[in-house]
Amino acid sequence: MAFFFQNVVNALQWGSFYALIALGYSMVYGVLMLFNFAHGDIFMTGAYIGFFVATMFVGLSATGILVLPNWLILILTILISMFLTSFVGMAVERVAYRPLRGAPRASAAITGLMVGIILETGNLALLGARRQKFPELIVSQTYDFGGVSVTNSKIMIVLVSIGLMIALHQFVRRTKWGMAMRAMAYDFVVVPLMGVSINLIAALTFGLGSALASAAGILFGIAYPVLDPYMGILFGWKAFVAAILGGRGSILGAALAGFLLGFIEIFVATIFPSTLRDLIAYSIILIILTFRPHGFFGEPYSAQLRL
Amino acid sequence: MRKSFLVVSITASLVLAILLSACGGAAQPVIKIGVNAPLTGDIPKVGEGTKYAAELWLEDIKNAGGLDVGGKKYQVELVIEDNESKAESAVAANTKMITQDEVLVIVGPQASKQAVPAGEVANNYETPMISPWSTNPNTTKDRPWVFRACFLDPFQGPVVANFVTEEFGFTKAGVLYDVASDYPKGLAEFFKKAWEELHGPGSVVAYESFTTKDTDFSAQLTKIKDSGAEFIFTPQYYNEVALIVKQAHQLGWDKPIVGSDSWGSSELIPLCGADCYGLFFSTHYAAAGATGKTKEFIDRYNAKYGYIPDDVAALTWDAFGLVQQAIQNCGKITGDIKADRKCVRDALAQIKAYDGITGKMDFTQGNDPVKCAVIVKIDDKGEFTFYKSVCP
Repeated sequence: MAFFFQNVVNALQWGSFYALIALGYSMVYGVLMLFNFAHGDIFMTGAYIGFFVATMFVGLSATGILVLPNWLILILTILISMFLTSFVGMAVERVAYRPLRGAPRASAAITGLMVGIILETGNLALLGARRQKFPELIVSQTYDFGGVSVTNSKIMIVLVSIGLMIALHQFVRRTKWGMAMRAMAYDFVVVPLMGVSINLIAALTFGLGSALASAAGILFGIAYPVLDPYMGILFGWKAFVAAILGGRGSILGAALAGFLLGFIEIFVATIFPSTLRDLIAYSIILIILTFRPHGFFGEPYSAQLRL
Repeated sequence: MRKSFLVVSITASLVLAILLSACGGAAQPVIKIGVNAPLTGDIPKVGEGTKYAAELWLEDIKNAGGLDVGGKKYQVELVIEDNESKAESAVAANTKMITQDEVLVIVGPQASKQAVPAGEVANNYETPMISPWSTNPNTTKDRPWVFRACFLDPFQGPVVANFVTEEFGFTKAGVLYDVASDYPKGLAEFFKKAWEELHGPGSVVAYESFTTKDTDFSAQLTKIKDSGAEFIFTPQYYNEVALIVKQAHQLGWDKPIVGSDSWGSSELIPLCGADCYGLFFSTHYAAAGATGKTKEFIDRYNAKYGYIPDDVAALTWDAFGLVQQAIQNCGKITGDIKADRKCVRDALAQIKAYDGITGKMDFTQGNDPVKCAVIVKIDDKGEFTFYKSVCP
């Protein structure tokens, strides 16, 4: 039994990353009907920005200029990085997507891939190929609940992720900006005629998605403290799968599918030989999509942002 | 009109190129040595060590006024190509260096993932190649033109199995390895075989794998923990080791984790920190406690580049030493690249007792040297210290 719950804990942590990143894909699709294929690399950029902010604060504390406790550094790192990374997302939208808004969908998908490659190789050129170690902001403590090992960082990661998802939900649901986003998702031809600026809403959507990806990047850095410029590629793909599985454009669906993907990966590796993990995990997802081609919460011929 | 201009200009430049190369041939031939290294990609630190060791060697040659072959001094040039830590790029780099740059001999690639396919190219083009760090048997198997400067995976597997049995008296092993990479996969299999020969079938109680670029190993580690394994053997590269060891400890694992020579990078401790202290791995050499020539190399490297060289740098240094010895034993450089390559290969295969900084090497029993392995313990300061020597 302990074995089972241990894997549930493992899957919850792993799924939170997929969920946070899948949200960014899903929101952009919901509003602009395009998949931002640079999103995995925005996640990577967010993790690196987090790395720099955290290293800066740790450095300031160490030299005694600005002594802050670690938990405060962590909160500041998450907030500042989310803020900065949202500008990266907005810049990507401005440079790579806005000029192509009338162009065929495939062109926009390809510019996304290119922006991704630019972010990866730009990072490589800037920092070199050496891996960076994310500073240890949380002194890892392992608690043992009847054979189930849970660390304080794991609890924090799952709670922060769920908190961010609720915050996003509230934002889209309860604010005027959120309402504009939902309206735009409903019809991006008519709504701009009512005086809602599509450029503003597109920037907002990219900014929000990127901020979440940045939070995911920092949490990832805490759990797996080795950062490299290509860390976002595979992760981006898998989170994209989660976004599709959740139903394109559905925020709730993306979050749930992210966790589901985490559970499937972990439990397949647990039950079957781990060599077959991705083979079996993604076959399962293929079968799900065969029966529900629009994902859990998606509907045919509609890209409404559902909440 | 434009077309004919193009044809004329291409022809003209071809003629010019032929003339120029003919002129080059008449002068003293330059000895070109190719280096196939992972300067970018998954294991850039390995590429850096390769490059630095090669440049250090070149510096010696330059200071001596060139390489002395049969009483004549020859200028030496290094052609360093990046293989991006990818098999296809390593193959492309070898092909380019052999056919375009016309190198005499190639040093590298380092990881078996690149060395196995790149060795095929060198062998087909009849160009001697020496991989300093690749421990997979397939690198040199049935390839008279391909050599290595290190020992083999089949040797390291039993070394670790014997060491753990003698040191801790364990009987149940857990293994975690990357199934998509030649080196860890090969070593995991050889270890499993050796362990089961010692402790009977079924004594490897958990045999778990993952694929390259995975970062979460919690499912596999939970399985290993649950299987009752007394230690984990993980023949992974340093970046994965840092993640595996940390996650194992977070899941409440407090038993030993043992590794192989791929752990021995100076990047391991910066990435892994205190989690790695007290762990063991088998390797080619240990920097702490070194004496003589080995110490001399370590001090020079440290003075120039600011850190203690890892095993890749040491083995690359030895590979260059072997290349130098072979070229000198060959006795003459004719400028006919085919004949010279053959001469160097034959000389390399006849080296009987090369006294390198990673031990004595004998190539007369095949293209894999006969030499010893070292068990290293990571001490409380994160230094790799010599623990034990294991000879075949």
